[in-house]
Amino acid sequence: MIEFSLWDIVRNLLLAARWTVVLSLVSFIGGALVGTLLLFMRIGRRRVLRLFAKYYVELFQGTPLLMQLFLAFFGLGLFGIDVPAWLAAGVALILWSAAFLTEIWRGCVEAIAKGQWEASSSLGMGYVQQMRYVILPQALKIAIPPTVGFSVQVIKGTALTSIIGFVELSKAGTVVTNATFQPFMVYGLVALIYFALCWPLSKSSQVLERKLNVAHRNH
Amino acid sequence: MSLIEITEVRKSFGANEVLKGINIDVDPGEVIAIIGKSGSGKSTLLRCINGLELIDDGSISVAGAQLLPDELHLKALRLKVGMIFQQFNLFPHLTAGGNVMLSQMVVKKTPKAAAEAMAHKMLERVGLGHKYDAFPDELSGGQQQRVAIARALAMQPIALLCDEITSALDPELVAEVLGVVRELASEGMTLLMVTHEMKFARDVCSRVVFMHQGRVHEIGKPEEVFADPKTPELKQFLGVH
Ligand SMILES: Nc1ncnc2c1ncn2[C@@H]1O[C@H](COP(=O)(O)OP(=O)(O)O)[C@@H](O)[C@H]1O
Ligand SMILES: [Mg+2]
Repeated sequence: MIEFSLWDIVRNLLLAARWTVVLSLVSFIGGALVGTLLLFMRIGRRRVLRLFAKYYVELFQGTPLLMQLFLAFFGLGLFGIDVPAWLAAGVALILWSAAFLTEIWRGCVEAIAKGQWEASSSLGMGYVQQMRYVILPQALKIAIPPTVGFSVQVIKGTALTSIIGFVELSKAGTVVTNATFQPFMVYGLVALIYFALCWPLSKSSQVLERKLNVAHRNH
Repeated sequence: MSLIEITEVRKSFGANEVLKGINIDVDPGEVIAIIGKSGSGKSTLLRCINGLELIDDGSISVAGAQLLPDELHLKALRLKVGMIFQQFNLFPHLTAGGNVMLSQMVVKKTPKAAAEAMAHKMLERVGLGHKYDAFPDELSGGQQQRVAIARALAMQPIALLCDEITSALDPELVAEVLGVVRELASEGMTLLMVTHEMKFARDVCSRVVFMHQGRVHEIGKPEEVFADPKTPELKQFLGVH
């Protein structure tokens, strides 16, 4: 039997953690792009698009991410399309992130006081100008803490992709465990690496939120 | 010819008819005080005049710009008539100067330098030239309201609507805002203001409108309305018996 040093284990996990980071980044950035598009549909004036975005969000929030991964992975296979795990993982996580980000951001837009719309209307601004110069700049600011907070959910969400065979941190944990028979230590290390990725993000989300509250107190 | 023509205006919220056929004609340079109990429809009337609420019936025009519910007509109307709100509604992410510049640049496409010059001029006019770079949360309520006035003036409207613009202010800050309004009035600006400042209405306004249950219940010169109220409702409102 081959002996694994602690360093061997850690090195393998860290190498796999790269894929967790890459998948998280791709999901988050892709989700943000799709989410932006959906947000404009959701808060826009075209009823069809509003409804489309609304049901999109409800669908993705109302089903488990795992099912979405399965559907992306196996579903497209039904049409004879051979989907590699990384593609299914990326697509599912992007669509899933987009739904949550749309909803977070919609809340931020709607949190802007009605008086801001009225004042800008009374100055002659049209809808697009109001959005561009008055509403979104303010909404963007309050959106930062929950958006950063959500990025933690994305990182943790990537762990599920191990089930469809994408080799990221969790999957690597299982592989290494099968070779070393030291599940407690290996998964402990896996958890530590996740923590090292997530904690700075959730902490900065908290700090940002506190800063923002202080800035708002004087209003 | 009248500057603002409000003709048989009706407005309901659901089953609640809030304006029941309002007729008011305002001449250029007139200062109109609108008084009345809470819920009598004063704010709704002002909000209809610049299209923040759409009317169900009747017509409103300001200097020939008709109130119609499409963006083009609304914009034309709103360029003629500015509005000041009780809660100031300054843009919190912009400085005082930025607040005054924004709509000039965005709506009128005024070049930046000209918008800046106008912002300085208008802030000067309301006595806040030195606060050009201050953010709204660094200003007192009275100062914020004066910035809001400067912001509306920078669009060079021919009339201003003021909805209880001193009601959210601490008592000691009311005078500075009313001072600005008084000056505007003396410069010939047409003003429609909902107010509880009876002394101000008496001193400055050319006519007083008393609204009651969605109707213009009495209208006339301040000396008539205040000294010789005709209806029991106005008598009661003014506290004279
Ligand atoms: N957006 C609205 N939706 C429903 N009812 C409203 C709305 N705005 C005003 N109202 C109603 O219209 C009536 C008149 O309100 P308002 O014009 O604000 O009165 P005032 O300014 O004289 O106090 C009130 O009964 C109020 O509840
Ligand atoms: Mg009111």
